Amino acid sequence: MPFVITANRLDTGLAVYRDAVGAWSVHLDAAALLTETEAQMGLQAAGHDNAVVDLNIIDVSLDSGRPVPSRLRERIRAFGPTVKSDHRPSRP
Amino acid sequence: MYRYDEFDADFVRARVAQFSDQVTRRLAGEMTEEEFRPHRLMNGLYLQLHAYMLRVAIPYGTLSSRQMRRLAHVARTWDKGYGHFTTRQNLQFNWPALKDVPAILASLAEVEMHAIQTSGNCIRNVTTDHFAGAAADEIVDPRPYAEILRQWSSLNPEFSFLPRKFKIAVIGGPRDRAAMRAHDVGLEIRRNEAGAIGFRVFVGGGLGRTPMIGRELNPFVAEGDILAYIDAILRVYNLAGRRDNKYKARIKILVHEAGIDDIRQAVEAEFAVVRNGPLAVPAAEVARIRAYFAPPPLSDRPAVSTRLATASAADPAFARFVRLNLNPHRQPGYASVTISLKPIGGIPGDASAEQMEVVADLADRFAHGEIRVSHEQNLVLPHVALDDVPGLYAELAVAGLATANVGSATDIIACPGLDYCALANARSIPVASELSARFGDPARQDEIGPLSINISGCINACGHHHVGHIGILGVDKKGDEAYQITLGGSADEATSIGSIIGPGFSAETVVDAVEKVIDTYIALRVAPDETFIAAYRRLGEAPFKEALYGR
Repeated sequence: MPFVITANRLDTGLAVYRDAVGAWSVHLDAAALLTETEAQMGLQAAGHDNAVVDLNIIDVSLDSGRPVPSRLRERIRAFGPTVKSDHRPSRP
Repeated sequence: MYRYDEFDADFVRARVAQFSDQVTRRLAGEMTEEEFRPHRLMNGLYLQLHAYMLRVAIPYGTLSSRQMRRLAHVARTWDKGYGHFTTRQNLQFNWPALKDVPAILASLAEVEMHAIQTSGNCIRNVTTDHFAGAAADEIVDPRPYAEILRQWSSLNPEFSFLPRKFKIAVIGGPRDRAAMRAHDVGLEIRRNEAGAIGFRVFVGGGLGRTPMIGRELNPFVAEGDILAYIDAILRVYNLAGRRDNKYKARIKILVHEAGIDDIRQAVEAEFAVVRNGPLAVPAAEVARIRAYFAPPPLSDRPAVSTRLATASAADPAFARFVRLNLNPHRQPGYASVTISLKPIGGIPGDASAEQMEVVADLADRFAHGEIRVSHEQNLVLPHVALDDVPGLYAELAVAGLATANVGSATDIIACPGLDYCALANARSIPVASELSARFGDPARQDEIGPLSINISGCINACGHHHVGHIGILGVDKKGDEAYQITLGGSADEATSIGSIIGPGFSAETVVDAVEKVIDTYIALRVAPDETFIAAYRRLGEAPFKEALYGR
């Protein structure tokens, strides 16, 4: 099962995902898919990045090649509230 | 309404400047998140699931039309065009950017608003009856005392680092519309035999993971002693409240573990020390504050409005609005009108910037510019002439704000739940919306009668599920949302905590389960005017359990 590094942007607070070059995107599709070890290393590397807070590793499964978080909480975080279309960063 | 004096205005402006500097330093990397977090929380700024959330204090739920327009402006300029009214009479913005928060707070300060002490282990926004100063059954307007408590508690250094948060509610008479006994301290205004005003003081109420009903600590504390007495309670709590375990840190646990008699003794001992000192509230000061809350000039009108009666006779939907959304006013010919923020199938407590502006305009035209926020997440125009209700209703209907459902099955209290909240285990809003749609037919609602359905997305109970006639608690069951149902709760003067009826339900089955509970009630009530809560108290849980789970 692949892993993804997530955080919230410090300036906007928006949920973001770490891509292959260490940049942050609100789109889960942009995230680097990592092994657990890679994810732990990436988390350490990102630990000093003042652009983000609340760093975390989540596990995802692949649906037609696109990452979908395993936990409902993280799916809502990635795809926006289910009750209002006020934030739709990355609907698969 | 209370107006800031020079001290208040300087105090709030200074706080905005201070926080602006902290935000600048944080964004520049000069402060760590660990250093910054307590500062942002003390200014009402949380980091939620998707974004920051700013909780704006609405002291004792009272707003002017000007303040409401400013909230709309903030929603439109810096957020996503709406706000969410909460069960603590506050307003939450779900999407502010940290870099914009100083500008938001500066904008709010211009209309005498702030977000101070809407988070953290301090004394939170003092809540009260949303009909305060208007209700026919009130002894005296509780808001001057709420304001005095606000001034005393704002950045009070002694009580800025309590074991846990501390919530105070004050009501103006025996009728409780503020869930007073579900607060750390609850105050009920009463008069003694001599006619003097004082307070019946309750302590140790609260919801959350350990729900408890406040116990009477003192049957009558004189008006002038009230600050000293509450100060004494806080001192006892500050010293003896547990700090080793945040789940056991609220004063309700202290009262439960030490016993009400020991707490009373300790409070009396502290009270003897602080009484008649600087915390004594002189009658002249009460009068000065009270003057700010003087009712608007209401005219002499007949108790019965012919215009309202004619409109009711002509339009059953309007007649229903009058029956459900009006509350008796102490001035003949007037009513307090509740504007429901519970559209059928909608999101409880949400209001768009446009709706906020409509309400502000209607408040100016029909209600002396005054607005209230109820802990049930509705808005109230407290002083409306009965003759004006038909005109007001017509305008509300155009704005989609004329839902006639106050106190009905679709007037559902719900926290933001897992759609927005970082603490939630399950979603609340979709369940509320589905229930609202299920019971949305006016005839069905009227058949059911008065009923409160309260939904929380986690055990912290922001949706007050323990005190809903029907309570729904979202839990995480091995990664899936599940919902526990409690029955028999009540948030009024006969406060009760609901009991869990049995094993929980899935997201797909919980609405059917609630309908089964309601149908069981309808089948077993002695008459249509026996309310759900009355029938439940008579019948007990057995028939509902049987209906839900079989024998």
